[in-house]
Order: sequence, then C-alpha cells, then structure tokens
Amino acid sequence: MTASGPPIRLLPRVDEQNRFFWTGGEEGELRFLACGDCDRYFHPPSPVCPYCLSRNVTPRAVSGKGTIHSFTINFHPWTGAGDPYVIVLVTIAEQDDVRLTSNLVDCDAERVRIGMPVVVQFEHHDDVWLPLFRPDLEAEQDGLPSKDGSDDLPLRDRAGSR
Amino acid sequence: MSASEPLERRAVISGIGQSAVGRRLGRTDLDLTLEACIQAIADAGLEREDIDGLSTYPGGGFGPPGFSGPGISDVQDALRLKLNWHDGGSEGAGQIRAVFSACLAVAAGLARHVVVYRTVTEGSAQAGGGRQGIGGAPSGGRGIPRFSGPLQWVLPYGAVSAVNWLALIAKRRMYEFGLTREQLAQIALNARRNAERNPKAIYRDPMTLEDYLSVRMISDPLCLYDCDAPCDGSTAVVVSHRDVASDTPHPALHVNAIGTALRGRPSWDQFDDMTTMAARDAAASMWERTDLRPSDVDVAELYDGFSILTMVWLEELGFCGKGESGSFIEDGKAIALDGPLPLNTNGGQLSAGRLHGFGLLHEACVQLRGEGGDRQAPGEPQVAAVANGGGPIAGSILLTKDTP
Repeated sequence: MTASGPPIRLLPRVDEQNRFFWTGGEEGELRFLACGDCDRYFHPPSPVCPYCLSRNVTPRAVSGKGTIHSFTINFHPWTGAGDPYVIVLVTIAEQDDVRLTSNLVDCDAERVRIGMPVVVQFEHHDDVWLPLFRPDLEAEQDGLPSKDGSDDLPLRDRAGSR
Repeated sequence: MSASEPLERRAVISGIGQSAVGRRLGRTDLDLTLEACIQAIADAGLEREDIDGLSTYPGGGFGPPGFSGPGISDVQDALRLKLNWHDGGSEGAGQIRAVFSACLAVAAGLARHVVVYRTVTEGSAQAGGGRQGIGGAPSGGRGIPRFSGPLQWVLPYGAVSAVNWLALIAKRRMYEFGLTREQLAQIALNARRNAERNPKAIYRDPMTLEDYLSVRMISDPLCLYDCDAPCDGSTAVVVSHRDVASDTPHPALHVNAIGTALRGRPSWDQFDDMTTMAARDAAASMWERTDLRPSDVDVAELYDGFSILTMVWLEELGFCGKGESGSFIEDGKAIALDGPLPLNTNGGQLSAGRLHGFGLLHEACVQLRGEGGDRQAPGEPQVAAVANGGGPIAGSILLTKDTP
C-alpha cells in the first residue's frame, strides 16, 4: 500500500493570521512565524512570540526537512470509504519543539517508522497548499542520525500495518 | 502540601444519581437528566427546595449532536430551582471541572447544596451513521465546511478524531517504552470482566485477548476495543458543605484534593512530551494538595475514553513508574477487582458506556459507599482516585470515606 491522504480533504479557512502558512506552498515554501528578537520559530501562529513576548514576528521559510516523531495508520472510514492513510507527527529540522500533524505520501506504508527523515511537498486545493511529507531519501542514504538518536531501537508493534 | 487546608476539603458528595443507561434509549437528554438529578437529590436526603446551586459540563449547545446534554437554564427551569450559584462550561480541568467549581462554590459560601450533572445522548445521535470524527461526516462536494482554530491543523490530514491524536501517543509509547498491544489489551479486558458484574453496563459478554487482537483496527495501534462505547445516560451528584456530613442518609464522601493544573501546552500534538499529556500536570497538582499518597488509594476510576488514556493516568497518578504501565498491568492482576488497585470497577467507558467521566465518578462513590454488589471491591475501600480527560483536558480528584 502506497501511503496517501484521506479520501476527502477537510480544508482550513484561510485568514490573515494563517495565510502565510497555508499558501506558502505556492512558492514551494514551508513557513512558520519566527521571532526577529529571540530568533525562534513557533506554531501555531500568534501575534506575540511565546518565548520572549516580542511583537517582532514574521513568517520565515524553513528547509522543509523533518523527522517523524510519531505516526498512526488510520483504518476507520471517517470521511467515506478509502484506503488506510498514514498520519504523521513531524518535528521540523530547525527546532525540535515545532511539530506538524500531516500525512506521509509517496512511501510504502509498511516502511513508516519513528525517526524517519522526511521532506515536505505540497498538495494544492483551491486557495490552500497543504504541506505533506515524503521520505527524505537523500538523508536516509546519508545515514544521518535522526533527531531522536534512537533509530536503532526495535520498532515494536506493527499489527495495524496490514 | 501547604500549611493551609485546601478549600475543596470543605465539600462532600452527599448524594448520587444515575438515569437508565443504554446504547439508544429513545429518551430526550432533559428527561434523562431530570431522572438523575431527582434521584441524586433524594439520595442526599434533600428536597428540591434545598438545592441552591447547579453545575454541569459542558453546558448546553456545545459540540456535536448528543454531546452536551441540556444546559443549566433548561434544568433549572424544569425543576424550578431557586439558585444562588450556577455554572456550566466546557473549558477547564476535564469534564469533572463542573464538580470542582461546585466544591469551590460550596467552600466560598455561594451555595450549600449543588447538583452537578453530565448527560450524553451520543448513542442515539450517532445511530445509523456510525461514530463520527469531530468534523462531522461530510458527504463531499461544496457542502464541506472550512475549519478555523486548532482543528485546522489536523482535520485536513484525516486526523479527525481523538483516536487519531491518541494513536500518536500510543505509538510513541511503544517506541520509547516498549508498550505492546497485548499489554494495552488489559485495559479493555479488565473493563469487560468488571462489566460482566454490572447489570447497567452496555457490553457484558466475555472478551478474550484473541477477541481484542482480531477486532478491526481504527487507528493503529488503537482498535475498536480501545474506544469507549457511545451511549445515552445522565449522571448527577450533589456537592454539599461538609457540615451536613453527619446528616446524610448515605455516607458523605469527602473531597480530599482536586487536580487542576495544565502546565504544558494546551495541545494534542504540541505537548512537550508526546508520551503523556495534561494528566501529568493535573495529577501532580492533586498530590501537591494532600498528604495522602498513591499507595493509600484503594480503588481507581481512571478515564478510558480510549484505553491509552488509562495507561497514562496510571503512571501520572503514581500507581506505577513512568513508562511502566505496560508491565504493571500485563497479567491483569494488579488492576483486577480483587487486586491491589481495582480499576474501572463498573466496566469503565469501554464496556459500561461513555458517560464522559461522570460514570467513573459515580462508580467511585458506589465503591466507597460499599454499594457495588457483585462488583464491590473487597476490603471496604476508604480512598478513591477519579481521573477525567485526555490530551490537553485533564482533572483528577481524591475522595475519602472518612474525614480527611
């Protein structure tokens, strides 16, 4: 089974606060708000930096690379019949406390594992570019250690991945 | 613990009530609520005229169909209550926040006897359509709504239910702690064993490990039997000032401490430690307010909207070490009715029905009062721990049979 998304995409309502995020994919960019004073990213968006309370916050593109922090394969037909899909929780490469819930695509669902390096790609719907993630083959080949540093632990239960 | 007495200790649970409970009862939420409330008032030895406070979670008109039950004004008017204090709301320390606010209202002298209720008709509301994600069940095309707020970050990815969000926690726990499905199964199996002894439970047929392992997967590694059973039903308790404790027809149950903290981020997917959740903070804050210790607890009624939540609560309340809940429960003996920590003695929400936290609170009262019948935990339990909620929603309470 090649992983893809759910059969129906429920979409965000684009507004002034989230537009930079949901439309960044038009330029191929994954963007988060970053603080111009303490130089940290944060998510979800807020008018004030949650670390230093500065209002000097602007969208900034990140590399689009990250690591799978956790995942689940959904089997229940919440939005209608369709293949199982992989929901991933991705930690971005730039900062380990910024995470995105997303889907893993372009990957055999059997291959998904915690610690897997991934890279962003975008899926366009109307005024929204959804960030999705696929395996970062380059990083995998380089054998880069995952952010977790624990890739060598046995992956335990795989009973659901059938 | 601080030198001054926690104010919630001025409160007791003087009466309890519960309506009929079933998958689909064909009765309105107000009907069920009044049944539970009237029962609780009588159980406390009170008259309707004695009730001067009313509290509920989450208040009327909140959430998907069947979720909220009637609001405060509906119940007040139906009973023509003369209230000095009233409160209904969805934000706070878990579903049981409605009890916490009642305790504080009593302690502050704003009311003397508060009826606190929680009603669901999710069984009827979801009839025919199956269980829905939080975004509903869109049919496709132009009718699909757009989403703002926290849901915008998860719904586009088909992460539409707490079972998806919690599967991420379960998977992370498998990775970090070696949790297995066989261990997790014990939460559902223990619940079912207890439900067999509870005539009001929804599911009472015996369940085996093989049943659990072969039932359909919902969101790996959580299967159907890791999810609670939507139902119809209402639970009510009367929270009174402790100075009435000697006059109640049934033993008044003392509130020893409540746990309300939320120190991590209020988020399902951005919490600092994705093997746990707000339960960590609520539990810690509860123990900070009492000299009782986890080893003093005789019976535990810990939220099992999804089985993985109970695992987290077991650890965060200190019944076992961090990451050790799998081995703690793996043979089922530690949490059995005749074990050292009887857990979810009525069958929990997994088998007795999703009464959304209040079924577990009611059961703790039943056990402390020694009214459990076939499912009574042996040894006359004196201290009960109750926990409600998952993800960023968490509250816990310690109840004692005797004065703290």
